[in-house]
Amino acid sequence: MNKKEPFVRMTKRAHISRSKTVAIYLISAVLSLIVCALVIVALTHQNPIEVYAGIIDGAIGTDRRLWITIRETMVLLLIAVGLTPAFQMRFWNIGAEGQVLMGGMATAALMIYCGDTLPAWLLLIAMFAASILAGMIWGLIPAYFKSKYNTNETLFTLMMNYVAMQIVTFAIVYWENPAGSNTVGIINRATKAGWFPEIGGNAYTLNVIIVLAMTVGMFIYQRYSKQGYEIAVVGESQNTARYAGINVKRVIIRTMAISGAICGLAGALIVGGASHTISTSTADGRGFTAIIVAWMAKFNPFVMIIISAFLVFMQQGAVQIATQFGLNENASDIITGIILFFLIGSTFFINYKLEFRKKSKEVA
Amino acid sequence: MESKYAIELKQVTKRFGEVVANDQVDLNVRAGEILSILGENGSGKTTLMNMISGIYFPDEGHIYVNGKEVTIRSPKDSHELGIGMIHQHFKLVPVLTAAENIILGMSGKGKLNMKKIESDIKTLVDKYGFDMDPAMKIYDMSVSQKQTVEIVKVLYHGAEVLILDEPTAVLTPQETEKLFDVLRNMKQDGKSIIIITHKLNEVLELSDRVSVLRKGKYIGTVDTKDATVSSLTEMMVGEKVTLDINRTEPKNPQKRIEMIGVTCRNSEGTAVLDKASFTAYSGEILGVAGISGSGQKELLESIAGLQYMEEGEIWYDTPDGDRKKLSGMDVKEIRKLGVRLSFVPEDRLGMGLVGSMDLTDNMMLRSYKKGRGAFADRKSPRQLAEKVVESLEVVTPSINTPVRRLSGGNVQKVLVGREISSEPTVLMVAYPVRGLDINSSYTIYNLLNDQKEKGVAVICVGEDLDVLLELCDKILVMQSGKVAGIVDARTATKEQLGLMMTGDLREEAGKDE
Repeated sequence: MNKKEPFVRMTKRAHISRSKTVAIYLISAVLSLIVCALVIVALTHQNPIEVYAGIIDGAIGTDRRLWITIRETMVLLLIAVGLTPAFQMRFWNIGAEGQVLMGGMATAALMIYCGDTLPAWLLLIAMFAASILAGMIWGLIPAYFKSKYNTNETLFTLMMNYVAMQIVTFAIVYWENPAGSNTVGIINRATKAGWFPEIGGNAYTLNVIIVLAMTVGMFIYQRYSKQGYEIAVVGESQNTARYAGINVKRVIIRTMAISGAICGLAGALIVGGASHTISTSTADGRGFTAIIVAWMAKFNPFVMIIISAFLVFMQQGAVQIATQFGLNENASDIITGIILFFLIGSTFFINYKLEFRKKSKEVA
Repeated sequence: MESKYAIELKQVTKRFGEVVANDQVDLNVRAGEILSILGENGSGKTTLMNMISGIYFPDEGHIYVNGKEVTIRSPKDSHELGIGMIHQHFKLVPVLTAAENIILGMSGKGKLNMKKIESDIKTLVDKYGFDMDPAMKIYDMSVSQKQTVEIVKVLYHGAEVLILDEPTAVLTPQETEKLFDVLRNMKQDGKSIIIITHKLNEVLELSDRVSVLRKGKYIGTVDTKDATVSSLTEMMVGEKVTLDINRTEPKNPQKRIEMIGVTCRNSEGTAVLDKASFTAYSGEILGVAGISGSGQKELLESIAGLQYMEEGEIWYDTPDGDRKKLSGMDVKEIRKLGVRLSFVPEDRLGMGLVGSMDLTDNMMLRSYKKGRGAFADRKSPRQLAEKVVESLEVVTPSINTPVRRLSGGNVQKVLVGREISSEPTVLMVAYPVRGLDINSSYTIYNLLNDQKEKGVAVICVGEDLDVLLELCDKILVMQSGKVAGIVDARTATKEQLGLMMTGDLREEAGKDE
């Protein structure tokens, strides 16, 4: 025999147990931490254990840090929840960034123009309504063109992000404070008009309530509503949907309205409930990170809580080690990148298994 | 004494996860012989051939070519050993000519001399009695001509062993005859031919020996001259089966669906349905025959409200004598009219069912809107799923299993079960037994007969003419989007249908009506 069996082959798994799946994820998480440690040692000559301790300290070391981590988790989670129906419909909405930004801008506008005139409760409701509406419109535009002319939604939603950014840049010219700074600054610093109220002595309680309510709501909508069923059918096959008598165009438009609306609400959360300002980086890439969250959770909103918490934990921790060890801010991106690489890569081992050449192959 | 065999497989095993597709299969084919590999769908025929042609790699076992053990790691290795496979789905470039397609993938140096290549091909074509013009473009060819190109291509590349996967599935009876003649000529010339099929008549007509597989296991090889239809069926199924369809006389047929001059165009503007007219009656099974892609799909879909019609009308006559217009309506509007129309489409997992959803969720596909409120009722679909599983003997781990995980026959039972459960007045089925084993096929035929006896107008698109002639009351023959004629299934012959399918008998058929 002159030719040998290939050294390694991939075969598709027919079926995998839950415990095996969890084990694969855990192994990949541990491996990623080891690789991160090697990178840390090679680049910075620091003790990786100390660096990891720094990460934990940075994320949850003090009450304040813990709450910031929670606040950021909630924003990321809400955007992921918003993306869920669209992605389940196989509508590649990568425009969450723009939808968040538009929602944030609508919120900022109300805070600036109506902050002195409207009562606090009415202003808050108006902010929510406006942000939802703005995000919805930003989601509806690509959906309309998709259903009417079958345009590619990936490019369309992506481009809408840049349009949103330019609109914000334009608005900043009018909202500049102080003049010449080219930033909006903290809106209503003195009056705190439009800022989310403290509930139970904490500034971020309202954020948590809203996001968890939306998460549970999305889970129920997905699993038990007729509309959720329609979304699942359209996502699987438009032919099947037509066969079932589902109006595919209407479902696309309706679902993107919901998706955009939730992302817009996330904008209100950022501007009214966290940063109290608006800039082109208000969304800060979270519209994209949320895609990873939604996919890795396989569109299960409750799993998204864990994944978004993990990602934000790493990011917050990384900010800490950047200052503590004098590392560049990008060091955090490297660590997050390595961890994500391993976690996403592990799905390969969940779907496939490798078969190595058997060593004891007798020659006939 | 292995050297006598062109190809010999010994104890070949292939697993996919926990599924054993081939379990220690032995197989051999001599030079100058036609070997049929017979087995039901899912018995591992194609997997076995894919290992010979280098697409899969066996987990265990040995392969010998001309008595020498070989390792086939890729299709290229397989070519070099003189093995050529003709797949069910052709792999040709439409904008190139036959000759250009044939030389694709061959190495050569210097200038391309098309003239010489074409004359070489011509010699090969004449030698075996093919009917092919090397300079013809693929897009101008019929399915049978494309198949010829595939075969000539493999021969031109120097194959000594040819594997044909279900070669007659897409051919008319006349084209099948022609193919068989060519294969016999090739056999005379010393080539080895392996045919994968599940059509027993063809096996008996063409091959020298038959190897039978069942559920991945090798059952045995017999000489064709010692075999009969029933002995082969028994080997395939593992038990004796009666292959009779009980056709009753239609009782009190009434007009149910009338199609008048319907024309549909595809996205390229060609008429896929060309002024089609026919009437379907209650209590009858109307078969629809034709070469695949002759407009059968569009015929059913336009009745179901899934096709945009350029012209024509479709009418539905209710059992109470009302007359309702279906043309111009979509699925939802037809249902609102109270027309109980059930449709089992050709693409089961791409249209009839949602593969990733479980049985319960699939049961509610056509009825999820029922009831008030925003939330879907899953209780009655679950009961329906349990009922279907029980009455049709669906093999499934549970009703919470995604239907994609079920075997083809069980998928079809789920789909047909759901469609029948709505107590239709019109039942349309497309290729209802494609991919099903013999027992499941007969379950489906019986279900169709039950519906007919209940007074349902059944329209059944099929590909096996023998079955259509046995099952149906009337047969509508389609030929490139036109209705070539409607014949009485009790008196028509296969040859007559074949000629109508290709358009040679259209005039005469028209006179019969």
